[in-house]
Amino acid sequence: MLDPQSVTHAARAPLLSVNNLQAWYGESHILHGVDFDVMPGEVVTLLGRNGAGKSTTMKSVMGLVARRTGSVMMEGQELISLPARKIARAGIAFCPEERGIFASLDVEENLMLPPQIRPGGLSREAIFELFPNLKERLGSSQGTKLSGGEQQMLAIGRILRTGSRLLLLDEPTEGLAPVIIQQIGKTIRALKEQKFTILLVEQNFRFASTVADRYYVMEHGKIIDKFANSELDANVGKLHDYLGV
Amino acid sequence: MFEIFGIPSQALFGQLLIGLINGSFYALLSLGLAVIFGMLNIINFSHGAQYMMGGFAAFILLQQTGLGYWPALIIVPILVGITGMIIERTMLQWLYKLDHLYGLLLTFGLALIIEGVARNFYGSAGLPYRVPDSLTGGQNLGFMFLPNYRAWVIVASLTVCISTWFVIERTRLGAYLRAATENPALVGAFGINVPRMITLTYGFGVALAAFAGVMAAPIYNVSPQMGAELIIVVFAVVVIGGMGSILGAILTGFGLGVIEGLTKVFFPEASNTVIFVIMVIVLLVRPAGLFGRRA
Ligand SMILES: Nc1ncnc2c1ncn2[C@@H]1O[C@H](COP(=O)(O)OP(=O)(O)OP(=O)(O)O)[C@@H](O)[C@H]1O
Ligand SMILES: [Mg+2]
Repeated sequence: MLDPQSVTHAARAPLLSVNNLQAWYGESHILHGVDFDVMPGEVVTLLGRNGAGKSTTMKSVMGLVARRTGSVMMEGQELISLPARKIARAGIAFCPEERGIFASLDVEENLMLPPQIRPGGLSREAIFELFPNLKERLGSSQGTKLSGGEQQMLAIGRILRTGSRLLLLDEPTEGLAPVIIQQIGKTIRALKEQKFTILLVEQNFRFASTVADRYYVMEHGKIIDKFANSELDANVGKLHDYLGV
Repeated sequence: MFEIFGIPSQALFGQLLIGLINGSFYALLSLGLAVIFGMLNIINFSHGAQYMMGGFAAFILLQQTGLGYWPALIIVPILVGITGMIIERTMLQWLYKLDHLYGLLLTFGLALIIEGVARNFYGSAGLPYRVPDSLTGGQNLGFMFLPNYRAWVIVASLTVCISTWFVIERTRLGAYLRAATENPALVGAFGINVPRMITLTYGFGVALAAFAGVMAAPIYNVSPQMGAELIIVVFAVVVIGGMGSILGAILTGFGLGVIEGLTKVFFPEASNTVIFVIMVIVLLVRPAGLFGRRA
């Protein structure tokens, strides 16, 4: 069903290559063989309805789902059996759907929490350039006292310091006001210019179309379709069906 | 000599001092329990036994090697802390996903074993441990006599408590600990070795208990049941302060020690029960404890 030649990157090696990824929560089998690649410098978006398994795919790549099989290769290194901390050390940074801002840490501590795992991370100044609002909230006593948009910026900002070049962003626009969504879109494009590689989960393909190079569509724990951003218009009808919008 | 509320000042300050001494131990022990509970989600019922191990280790160290109080104060917490880390790696780590009850039962069993072993080798009688020469004697403050060793216990306990609070609430290492308490999976996904942090945290909590045990040796003697008696009160302190609150454990520990001491002066009949009465009231009014974070 999937034709690898339809993607133009066959010559280069993928940064992240996921093959036959299966995952379980307890007894429930959620991912049934997920395959996709992310090329260096690309923004790839996973689309799919609620419950399709997008977050589970990200968490499985990150090592946060206990029972998983298949293959997750990052720069030629197999990650499938590694614990989350070693996957992070391999250069993948994760921004979860629920954002994961810590209530017992102030804004500054939240920002500085993820350790640097390789050189080349953004400086604090560079992060504040992307998110000027964050700088004003630095004195804030509790990370969770920030607005939803500010928490999302903090959740993205803190992983930019780590030096990881592959970012997993799970629905960064969920529940946010249009101006904030625009700012996040601007940020993702800026990060792409700085050669970050991004795997994005989105339900909002209008937003995704402003940042993504390619799309994979998920349903029932599998990839059922994929196309490039240039093919988006031709696929809008199908997408409406897939996403039920 | 003068009187306050009809009580001779000597008696009042004497009991206040005893209250502060007891409070020093309540604070150190409930602090260890709070640190362990926050990170491991386990109610460490062997805490009293580990405190007792501290006292015995100091005693044995003196007997077998001649190493006295000051070296013991450093060596013993490290040794007993290491036994704690071994217990965590071999036993506790399998219980984190289960109900609190399992950790409580396991550590309760461990406490019985440790105390049984101590009784088997040393009997139930208290073994004397001398106040270090450098801290014998005392100061006459005019309104009361302050033994040097007791003053040292209060200062040392306060210093250790405040340092622990500072590290947890104000440093980067503390931020890791607090974050891992909240969401260990995500902290691991940032590349931090959470299991190792948990092991070290348990070791540290146990080392605090052993430190208290060494400090207690010259005051209360060393005996197998020294921990069992104290730990019941300390659990009441923890319940009052709120499980897992660092500052709560420290303030409640000292505060209740003082309240207990004052009760001895003004209403001696209630002095053994006052802490439990306060516990019942707090449980009814604020089930999460005075400093508890839970809503
Ligand atoms: N912790 C969990 N335990 C058990 N089942 C889970 C758990 N998390 C998710 N699931 C189930 O796994 C399936 C996939 O969930 P997942 O969160 O990956 O979907 P998603 O595509 O991210 O959806 P959404 O768009 O709503 O975020 C769903 O049926 C969900 O109910
Ligand atoms: Mg999701």
